[in-house]
Amino acid sequence: MTFALELKDLRKSFGKTAIIRGINLAVPQGERVGIIGPNGAGKSTLFNLISGRFEPTSGDVLLNGQRLNGKKPFEINRMGLSRSFQITNIFPKLSVFENLRCGVLWSLGYRYTFLKFLADLDDANERADELMKMVKLDKKRDVLAVNLTYAEQRALEIGITIAGGANVILLDEPTAGMSKSETSRFIKLIKEVTVGKTLLTVEHDMGVVFGLADKIAVVVYGELLAYDTPEAVRANALVQEAYLGSSVADLQAQGH
Amino acid sequence: MSSQVYQFKPFNVGRVVVWTLFALVLLTAPLLFTSSLSQTMLSQMGIAIIVCLSYNILLGQGGMLSFGHAVYSGMGSFLAIHTLNQVSGGWPLPVSLVPIAGGLASMAVAILLGWVTTKKAATPFAMITLGIGELVWAMSLMFPEFFGGEGGVSGNRVAGAKTFGITYGPQIELYYLIAVYTFVCTGLMFAFTRTPLGRMLNAVRDNPERVEFVGYDTQKVRYIAFIIAAFFSGISGGLAALNFEIVTSEVVSGYRSGAYLLFTFLGGATFFFGPILGGILMVLAFVLLSEFTKAWLLYLGLVFLFMVMYAPGGVASLLMMNLRVAKFGHLRKLWVSYLALGLTALVVLMGAAAMIEMLYHLQLNAALGPELSFLGATLNSKGLNSWFGSAFVMLTGLGLFEVCRRQFAREWGQIQESIEKEIKRMESL
Amino acid sequence: MEFYTISLLNGISYGMLLFMLSSGLTLIFSMMGVLNFAHASFYMLGAYFAYTVTSLLGFWAALLVAPVLVGLVGAGFEKYFLRRVHKFGHVPELLITFGLSYIILELVQLVWGRSSVDYRVPVALDGPLFTLFGTQFPIYRGFMMGVALLMLIAIWLLLTRTRIGLVIQAALTHPEMVEALGHNVPRVFMLVFGGGCALAGLAGVIGGNAYVTEPSMAFSVGGVIFVVAVVGGMGSLAGAFLASLLIGVLQTFAVAIDASLMSALQTVGVTLTPETFGYALWKLKLSQVAPILPYLFLVLILIFRPKGLLGTREG
Repeated sequence: MTFALELKDLRKSFGKTAIIRGINLAVPQGERVGIIGPNGAGKSTLFNLISGRFEPTSGDVLLNGQRLNGKKPFEINRMGLSRSFQITNIFPKLSVFENLRCGVLWSLGYRYTFLKFLADLDDANERADELMKMVKLDKKRDVLAVNLTYAEQRALEIGITIAGGANVILLDEPTAGMSKSETSRFIKLIKEVTVGKTLLTVEHDMGVVFGLADKIAVVVYGELLAYDTPEAVRANALVQEAYLGSSVADLQAQGH
Repeated sequence: MSSQVYQFKPFNVGRVVVWTLFALVLLTAPLLFTSSLSQTMLSQMGIAIIVCLSYNILLGQGGMLSFGHAVYSGMGSFLAIHTLNQVSGGWPLPVSLVPIAGGLASMAVAILLGWVTTKKAATPFAMITLGIGELVWAMSLMFPEFFGGEGGVSGNRVAGAKTFGITYGPQIELYYLIAVYTFVCTGLMFAFTRTPLGRMLNAVRDNPERVEFVGYDTQKVRYIAFIIAAFFSGISGGLAALNFEIVTSEVVSGYRSGAYLLFTFLGGATFFFGPILGGILMVLAFVLLSEFTKAWLLYLGLVFLFMVMYAPGGVASLLMMNLRVAKFGHLRKLWVSYLALGLTALVVLMGAAAMIEMLYHLQLNAALGPELSFLGATLNSKGLNSWFGSAFVMLTGLGLFEVCRRQFAREWGQIQESIEKEIKRMESL
Repeated sequence: MEFYTISLLNGISYGMLLFMLSSGLTLIFSMMGVLNFAHASFYMLGAYFAYTVTSLLGFWAALLVAPVLVGLVGAGFEKYFLRRVHKFGHVPELLITFGLSYIILELVQLVWGRSSVDYRVPVALDGPLFTLFGTQFPIYRGFMMGVALLMLIAIWLLLTRTRIGLVIQAALTHPEMVEALGHNVPRVFMLVFGGGCALAGLAGVIGGNAYVTEPSMAFSVGGVIFVVAVVGGMGSLAGAFLASLLIGVLQTFAVAIDASLMSALQTVGVTLTPETFGYALWKLKLSQVAPILPYLFLVLILIFRPKGLLGTREG
């Protein structure tokens, strides 16, 4: 069986500092994985390694069986992987609609053409409209992205991330900076728009992770401590000791 | 899943009106301004408009600050003048198509140098364009066979076939040729902003990292846009070659690149029509202002400085802001403030200008004696009275200006708030 | 033999001057992310200020006073103008320094005139330092190298050994954090900008009398120092040093060599005539090509090593 995403003894050092120290992970198609771990554990670095921002010092990253090492981010994206960022990464001076349309152009086959008018690209315009409805921003079609609220911008970013039809989606702290109610609404949105796709989410909010993920991967000091169902992870003594600690106690107190 | 229902794409009346007006202005301008100086200036304006619009493909649309755009317009000029000389020598190419040869030449240079140039973004890109600009300029002095050395390369635009008796000898005939090119090029460049590449270029400007994650190679986007911008600037260069009938190495100088940057920015890089204003201002400054005062470069530098600080969107953005205010019906409230601002600014300007002119007079025209005429009055550049007087005028003006500015800022702020509220209200409908 | 040694020494002294200039540029860019387009203009100001101060108080006073004056102008510009556009991003910052370069040029021409001024090497430093194989090596060149070296050591010590240096380094990447810790980040920026300009001014004091002091001096050296910055790797002081020396030596050698490809071919018996294809290229003497060598170097580096010689950041 080809896994959607496979990490084989992945290592990354910056100079003499080893950030990722040999991670082995195999994520099957359609699985939702929540990646948790203390700050500085290397979660963002892991994402950057997978998405092509950094090259691994050693080890392999495989997407649907194909090796990603050393490929440029846009090549990786074309192979079916997309990501969102911790700090919102959208096109601030373009409208909501334009933002989403930019996200679909390549996947629909429009390359660097300057001989067609955007207004005539029916499939791109329709898909952008669909996406707008999916992320519930259809009322703000022509609003410049920079003028949206924070939560709306995050929703827009999710929209752009899924726009190209990628099958493996990386979300880097998608609910960072949101209130409780915004977070629960946002998680619902993420669940809706990523049906059937393989999802990897870095999150700090335990409630989010335990509610959204099929499996949880615990990363501590650049190593994978556990990769199991939420219940198993919660019960894992090593994990409890290294990381969960009080968070688990909180959750149990809240009745999860 | 395409829609089978007939899609109604309404005819955009506003757009048709604007373009028709544009064409009309181009057609009738020389009928209103009939002196030969005007005709020369109008011709130069057309040329400047094309090159500034092409520069804005890089600056405003792509976020690429180039200090070496004159390389492309200049190479277009050189190749055009050589082509023109070949036409005089018997090539069967109509003179009216010579600028296209210029465009193609620039495109070729851009294809050659563009990949290396667009390897990096933002500040390094600017430095690379500067370096390549210097390279080409220095090379222009090394190959006099192509670049004509000190005297440049001359040509004669009265050459080749004369369709309908048009020789392009008289300036007015050349003006209409330039007008046609200006209209067509402006139209093409506007159309470009509505294509996938044009939009992705905007995306690259806004967020290059994100662009990679929607599947596009940012460098390729920049590279192709770079080539397109070079093509149009080459056409502009070709028209300039026809207009002046001589091309010297000045056309690839850093000085000229700087002028493109200055005036495109001044006109406004954030709106499509901004560079059109910039091109017009460029010709007005170079032809009229430079005659008016020797300190014109200093004034230009100061205007640019204050624009960057207080109106980075250029003249176009100032216009659009006021149009927005007018659209919401508040412009009436501001006219008193504007008048006050304008008058006090004028006072400050007069005081400052008097001092600057006296300084320049001392430096450059000392042989003519210490007196100079300034707006009808006689100033003594060595006299204490004149200096005291101008300083007093300027400082009083500054004080009054500051008072008016504060009042204006308050009123403007209130108006912006009410506009924002109005917009929010309309959105929630 | 003598040709190589003397040219090498000359090249190194020119390279050191380039480094004095580009170090300020690199520092400002490293610390503030601003590329000071007017950097060469501050070089020019240094030379002109030195000229005036020398005629009033002598060269040694000028060596001290002129850079300080230039630094004050730079700091003032940062405080009242550059700071206001900081929030608009890096492009407007570059643009405002671009505008400044025009203004400084016009003001210099206004005050000192459009032709060159007679700013000379002081008598005490005029004359040969030593004579090597019959060619003299001027004291002044040695003086230039000495000052540049001292300056380099001083900067390095400042950045790595002093508290203010550490604050500057921290303020580059985490200005808010540094501000939260109680340091006055705007003041740090003002100091850095003023300091960088003062370095350029010092280079002007030293270089203005060795080379010509005229209004076009900013333009002619401006291009080269940006090449040095990019070639060395934007933001790397060591890279700027290496690139300055390389380019300095390269250009000095090239200017002195009158050989061309054509003459090289002639030594193997191949003679070219004006009819040969590309004659214009073959007959070019290396001395004629010298001015563009830095730019050719730039293009080559961009193709083969885009990060620059010792570059660490993308810029």
